[in-house]
Amino acid sequence: MMASSYSAKEEDGHHSGAPGPGGVNAKSRKPDNTAFKQQRLPAWQPILTAGTVLPAFFIIGLLFIPIGIGLYVTSNNIKEYEIDYTGVDMSSPCFNCSQNYSWNSTKPCTCSVAFSLDQPFESNVFMYYGLSNYYQNHRRYVKSRDDSQLNGNLNSLKDPSKECEPYRTNDGLPIAPCGAIANSLFNDTLELYYNDPNGTKIPIRLVKTGIAWWTDKHVKFRNPVGDGSNLSAVFQGTTKPVNWQKYVYQLDTDPDNNGFINEDLIVWMRTAALPTFRKLYRIIEKQGDATPTLPRGNYTLLITYNYPVRSFEGRKRMILSTISWMGGKNPFLGIAYITVGSVCFFLGVVLLIIHHKYGSRSNNADIAS
Amino acid sequence: MARESGEAGALKSCEVRKRTKRKSKKESKSRIVCSNVAYERARGAEEPHKHYANNKIKTTKYTLLSFLPKNLFEQFHRFANVYFVFIALLNFVPVVNAFQPVLALAPVIFILSVTAIKDLWEDYRRHRSDKEINHMDCLVYCKSQRRYVEKYWKQVCVGDFVRLRCNEILPADVLLLSSSDPDGLCHIETATLDGESNLKQRQVVRRFLDLDCEFDPTKYDSVIECERPNNDLGRFRGYIIHRNGKRDGLNKENLLLRGCTIRNTEEAVGIVIYAGHETKSMLNNNGPRYKRSKLERQMNIDVFWCVIILLVMCLFSAIGHGLWVFQYGETRPVFDVLGPEGTDLSPALSAVYLFLTMIIVFQVLIPISLFVSIEIVKICQVYIIHQDVELYDEETDSHLQCRALNITEDLGQMQYIFSDKTGTLTENKMVFRRCAVVGIEYSHDANARRLAMYQELDSEEEDCLSQGGTLPRRDSASSHQSARVVLRSQSTKSHRRTGSRAEAKRASILSKHTAFSSPMEKDVTPDPQLLDKVNDCASQMEFMRLHAQPLTQLPSELSDIIDFFVALAICNTVVVSSPDQPRQKVRMRFELKSPVKTIEDFIKRFTPSRLTSGSNSSSSSSLATRSSAPRAGSSLLSSPSAEGTLLKLEEENSPGPLEGSFRAVPAHSVSEEAELRYEAESPDEAALVYAARAYKCALVGRLPDQVTVELPHLGKLTFELLHTLGFDSTRKRMSVVVRHPLTDEITVYTKGADSVIMDLLRPPTSDDTKGKRQRKTLYKTQNYLNLYAANGLRTLCIAKKVLSKEDYAAWLKSHLAGETAIQGREELLFESALRLETDLQLLGATGIEDRLQDGVPEAIASLRKAGLQIWVLTGDKQETAINIAYACKLLDPEEEIITLNADSQEACAVLLEESLHYIRSKFLCDAPEQASRALQDDPSSLPVLVHRLGLVIDGRTLAYALDSSLEDRFLAVARSCRSVLCCRSTPLQKSMVVKLVRNKLKVMTLAIGDGANDVSMIQVADVGVGISGQEGMQAVMASDFALPRFQYLQKLLLVHGHWCYSRLANMILYFFYKNAMFVALIFWYQFYCGFSGSAMIDQWFLIFFNLMFSAFPQLITGTLDKDVSAETLQDRPQLYMSGQNSEEYKPYMFWMNMIDAFYQSLVCFFIPYFAYSDSDADLFSWGTPITSLALLTILLHLGIETKTWTWLNWASIAFSVALFLAIALFYNASCPSCYPPSNPYWTIQRQLANPLFYLLCLITPVAALLPRYFYRACQGTLFPGPVQVGRQLDRLPPEARRSASGQTKVTGGHHFAPRPPLYHIPGFFCNHGAEGYKKREAPTDSAREGAGLSAGITAGGGWGPDAPRGGLPPEVDTLLHSQGEASDGRLYANAAVGPSGFSLADRATPPPPFTQHECVPLTPSATCVQRAPGGEGLGLPPSTATRPEGGAVTSTADSLETTLL
Repeated sequence: MMASSYSAKEEDGHHSGAPGPGGVNAKSRKPDNTAFKQQRLPAWQPILTAGTVLPAFFIIGLLFIPIGIGLYVTSNNIKEYEIDYTGVDMSSPCFNCSQNYSWNSTKPCTCSVAFSLDQPFESNVFMYYGLSNYYQNHRRYVKSRDDSQLNGNLNSLKDPSKECEPYRTNDGLPIAPCGAIANSLFNDTLELYYNDPNGTKIPIRLVKTGIAWWTDKHVKFRNPVGDGSNLSAVFQGTTKPVNWQKYVYQLDTDPDNNGFINEDLIVWMRTAALPTFRKLYRIIEKQGDATPTLPRGNYTLLITYNYPVRSFEGRKRMILSTISWMGGKNPFLGIAYITVGSVCFFLGVVLLIIHHKYGSRSNNADIAS
Repeated sequence: MARESGEAGALKSCEVRKRTKRKSKKESKSRIVCSNVAYERARGAEEPHKHYANNKIKTTKYTLLSFLPKNLFEQFHRFANVYFVFIALLNFVPVVNAFQPVLALAPVIFILSVTAIKDLWEDYRRHRSDKEINHMDCLVYCKSQRRYVEKYWKQVCVGDFVRLRCNEILPADVLLLSSSDPDGLCHIETATLDGESNLKQRQVVRRFLDLDCEFDPTKYDSVIECERPNNDLGRFRGYIIHRNGKRDGLNKENLLLRGCTIRNTEEAVGIVIYAGHETKSMLNNNGPRYKRSKLERQMNIDVFWCVIILLVMCLFSAIGHGLWVFQYGETRPVFDVLGPEGTDLSPALSAVYLFLTMIIVFQVLIPISLFVSIEIVKICQVYIIHQDVELYDEETDSHLQCRALNITEDLGQMQYIFSDKTGTLTENKMVFRRCAVVGIEYSHDANARRLAMYQELDSEEEDCLSQGGTLPRRDSASSHQSARVVLRSQSTKSHRRTGSRAEAKRASILSKHTAFSSPMEKDVTPDPQLLDKVNDCASQMEFMRLHAQPLTQLPSELSDIIDFFVALAICNTVVVSSPDQPRQKVRMRFELKSPVKTIEDFIKRFTPSRLTSGSNSSSSSSLATRSSAPRAGSSLLSSPSAEGTLLKLEEENSPGPLEGSFRAVPAHSVSEEAELRYEAESPDEAALVYAARAYKCALVGRLPDQVTVELPHLGKLTFELLHTLGFDSTRKRMSVVVRHPLTDEITVYTKGADSVIMDLLRPPTSDDTKGKRQRKTLYKTQNYLNLYAANGLRTLCIAKKVLSKEDYAAWLKSHLAGETAIQGREELLFESALRLETDLQLLGATGIEDRLQDGVPEAIASLRKAGLQIWVLTGDKQETAINIAYACKLLDPEEEIITLNADSQEACAVLLEESLHYIRSKFLCDAPEQASRALQDDPSSLPVLVHRLGLVIDGRTLAYALDSSLEDRFLAVARSCRSVLCCRSTPLQKSMVVKLVRNKLKVMTLAIGDGANDVSMIQVADVGVGISGQEGMQAVMASDFALPRFQYLQKLLLVHGHWCYSRLANMILYFFYKNAMFVALIFWYQFYCGFSGSAMIDQWFLIFFNLMFSAFPQLITGTLDKDVSAETLQDRPQLYMSGQNSEEYKPYMFWMNMIDAFYQSLVCFFIPYFAYSDSDADLFSWGTPITSLALLTILLHLGIETKTWTWLNWASIAFSVALFLAIALFYNASCPSCYPPSNPYWTIQRQLANPLFYLLCLITPVAALLPRYFYRACQGTLFPGPVQVGRQLDRLPPEARRSASGQTKVTGGHHFAPRPPLYHIPGFFCNHGAEGYKKREAPTDSAREGAGLSAGITAGGGWGPDAPRGGLPPEVDTLLHSQGEASDGRLYANAAVGPSGFSLADRATPPPPFTQHECVPLTPSATCVQRAPGGEGLGLPPSTATRPEGGAVTSTADSLETTLL
């Protein structure tokens, strides 16, 4: 009686192609009764209450505290010695150098810093230079390089990437290696002398290879291949970065450590994450089982002071450190583990109290409300 | 020759029109169609139909060429996409770029392409289906071959002639010109248009009906002028101009719509009027609906906040950078690289550039993938809802349909439900229950018993199904009676459901094409008393006919009884068909083949000679006698003015037609009667026809001009159908005008709503006995009507009127004028119907039971417990509505009911004021406690306290109350009532109510309905749900969700709604957290890189982090996570309130998440920071661990928030980690010199070899998630939300759970029969002064004696006119009813709760313990016990129900406690 007016519309605008509503399409449209479709998959339904999470807290606590202690001890066993040679103070031996030196000066300035080690460094000692307040992670700085040029691509060598601007060309010649990172290569030279009790200075052998990642040295960085082995010929037609004193093929005498595969360059090109960073400079290899790598005693650090940091109040450091399986000296992780473990344990106790006091109440399930 | 010239003339006119039309630039309001066959195509440019669309349809949006631009254009309408493209493009500006420009495009391209691929796929599907449709075949007349040839649909043009065969689908909108049916009928099935499966008749255009030979397109020369294409399926207007200049009106009965299927008609020919996109079905085709959900609106606010945060962070960085640059002054450090041009940037300028750079770097904060993820998750959710087998209805083989894809989560936040009654709460399966004829009630006990038997049968096993292949016996009722009498136990509910399905399915298999024809509806068991009378009467009539006595001598009661059933049988639009065979063309032919349409028709048909043909019989022996008898009487009637001509006509015509008209009816027709299918437009009609058939007064055939009824003893009687005045909702009645074959009188049978019919009755003549009798009949019938209504039956009155020929002629004249009018036809016809339907004579009244759907009371009870306010808006009368409301537990017997019936605006205002005052005075005393609680729950709804009150308002009063001056007061009253019932409301009112509540109360509304009258309401509500029931598909088409049954709403809302809401809410929050946490890492880094916009996270990771690494687990969780199991959610509807109150996603939660995100990012940043401080770690050797840590933390965070861990969750998390590692390893190993500037060659490989990395991976997530984990644990113990408690319930073993929830379960066994006993609650309304409430006596035990039958039946027995027991005297009822507001008084229905009536006990004793808390969610159980006695404080009489209730609560709590400990 009521259906006299209809304002129907057709779904989707299609007349179903099926000839008729009945008969042909006799298949039931009943949904499958499967666990997935009916949302009855077997499931684990954890309920977070004091009672249920209690064990987790205790377990974490009991697990983390020993790990933390272990880490802390490991870190403490690492020996580390650090010298700031920036020369900010008047008293500092490098004060003069730091005052005078700029990128443009041609005359090297040297200074030497004496120090003494109270404890011998037993295993291999890693010599780092450290910079502070140095924003190697600046966005434009990080970008300012041409990986393909460094990879030995001849085209990039002659026509570096736009990213290198404004350190892409100089006097119409392409810069090799181009970019701001390479341009600001750390160019202090550090030499270490052991002051023999006799008063003689024994230079300590600093290994300058093996300081870069293997993959960097052998895969990522490659010298362009030219005719013959003469690097200078290969780099013909390029110029040195603005701030550099020498050309890239003059970085080292060792052909395996020269040009783009110079490890100091490679290390520098790996831009640091944080404004205070250190970079591996040299390795002092352990000579034999009998003697420590660096015995206790007085040392002299001879610095060829080339790198200006005063303009941005940077600091330069020299760091001697042994390393453990977890890297350099850093007590933080151990402390963090101990702290988190303790907090967990403490919270576990709190939860235990809560559970004891209120746990039964909650189970009361006043769902009835 | 004459023909040809005429043809040419018509064509010329066609062209002229065409030309003028073109001149007026399509402004013309009509379309002109002439035949393509006759038209000379050579005249090319003058092609008349060239501006009309052809039949090729193209629903695709794109072509191959236009796809890319058009799709992109559309996608850029989304603001987010524009934003992301802007950012990507920003990257191409060298000064500010942060990433490799091409890479930065990746996410945008990814998002755009995902959407584009989706669009493309959809478009391709459309294209394929278009193609399929366009290449369907049909027969089109070809001029050159002079025959019909097969053509593709797309080749059909306007003006083509198409020949349609049985079961073919119509290719276009076609004007029916010829049909193989002798009556010029064509049956179509419109299921694809409106879902109605009954057949509809269409008629050949009248003038073509007269053609004796087959229709020949070459001879067609008329021009059709009709309205321009429009989308109104129910309207078609126009006229056809014949060669001779005559015009015939065209209406929708002549038009076959595209998409319909030809049925039962061997062949039909028509001319195409509208083709392709101009067809009505195509014009009706709107795209899917787009609504924005509440959650999304809230989300957008937070997206906005994200933008603010982003800008603040960028600004901060920019300023920081400016200062950083500034501090170096003139001396530029080596690491501060000059601009590309070697220029030095000022601090301010570099700050500005940096600002833009930071926007790029931080872009992840605006969750680019959130929008895509939400869409994916919603599609998955919709899929899963679709797949729910519990929402599948076997009877109709339909499951839930989600028509709106993007508002699933709104289902979990509903606060108000507006429901239609008929067809929504009830089955809309009308079952004839009882009737009153001429003032005598026939209670149909056996029928009631039969119905009860069905229910019992259902409760038994479905063994019938196994044998069910056979036809059901027609007398299934009687056979069922022999079945053992099973006392219906209250626990049969669950069985019943499956049982009734099985039964219904059986029925639907048997009668595939017929709606409304389950045995329950078909097999009416007649009342023996009435049946005797019918038989008696019929035999008397036969006797009289045989003895040539005038039928008027029949005792009036008996003749009224016959008339009553005849009226039931013919006063409708039911089509009789037998689907298995072609329709039997058993009929006698008149010369005129349709209802009287012109005066000439009338004159012709009402000549005395024609009168004989009105009757027919299977036996030729009775023929002679019968034809003689009316002849005598009819001569009196014949109009003298027409006599002369008529007689002449008679002489000419009489021999031929008489011969033709008395074709004998085949003898086997009687045996076929059982297979007849009645196809009714509404179930009421079907029910009445079946009822009439039960009394052997069976409708056996219906044609446009005649209906055939088979009567006992008399055989088949053919009534000449003169007019059908169809039903409309204003008149609330329908009439047929027939010529009675026996008396040859012109009789009007009217059927309609009692309120209307009663007013139209001929006032009884006051003095004589007849008048007295009449008045008594009237009076009694009114009483019975009230009783029926009180019993929840739908009442209809049947009346008739005998028209004198003169009156008829007078009326006919105006009616015809109306019919032929082109403008205002509807109004004229309406008026003419009003003129006819007066001075009726009451025959009787019927009561049809609209059975409550399965599980409706349970669903309503639990929805209400879920804190949903349920309003029922119905067009039914108040009493019926109230009783249905009781039956479905919408109204509680313990509740007071405020009834608002007002005559005027002022009265309404006064009433509202009084009610408000009453509510305040009554409930304020115990309000403070509630108020404080309500305050906690939802401060915004402070004054809203839902009392145990019901509000009943009728349509008229509603109209006043919806006036803008009163609406606030109305709302104030309505919102404090627990349930609201609006009766007699029109569709418009329904939508106005919804709109009012939605806009004023700012609540989420859901409207559910099944019929066309609910469409507006469905469209207005936030979520519209359609019941894909029997009353067509209009509601479904307008809805967002379509359900097969009302009860599924419970699971849809409580389970799926809750899940969808909580899943999405959690997912959105998680998204915000995730992005903020990730971006904050970079933000912290800015402090250590001079605010230069540098990022330690590799750009690839940065960009793909959201899209790939962290995308899958949250999708899985967003799709599959279940915070509480479905069982618990249904057992504990209160859990739904968490969604209503938006507890999963409150504004503060966004900030909490942000704070947590910042904390976690601090941890993830600074632990590696300190661990690597002053080391030789390079940028990405340090950044890669941070990325890994962040990923781990984010995934574990999701783990904490995930409530249900299936293998999919594990797998997705494992997959995410593995994917990250795999991609990182591959990426870092793939190219030593690519990916500038990061060039992370071999970074992750070295990290994986570094123990420090693993140490960090262990500690950082733990430290980062510690607070949240701890908080969650404390929350779970100290102040668990209801959802958490629900989860704990999940854990209980099933038995314990049941004991905990046992009391909650509504143990309503039978949904309809245990309706409240027969107190009548007419127009009392609430007046706090008057305390005249009536106590209803408990039904006596004897009333139950019906051997375990339903209460309704027992009560029914009690209503016999001779045994009124228990209830109020009927007279009082009537008085109350008719005067309505005259009587004040409240009726405390709970007084009726007696220990005896189980139906009452059903309702009263287990009101679940939680119902007490509707207005106060989440109170501890203790208060529940306290509040129950509080009912006494409310002035309610102490009810027996409250005490057991309190006890139940305590025991619930106890049992739960014990089980949990």
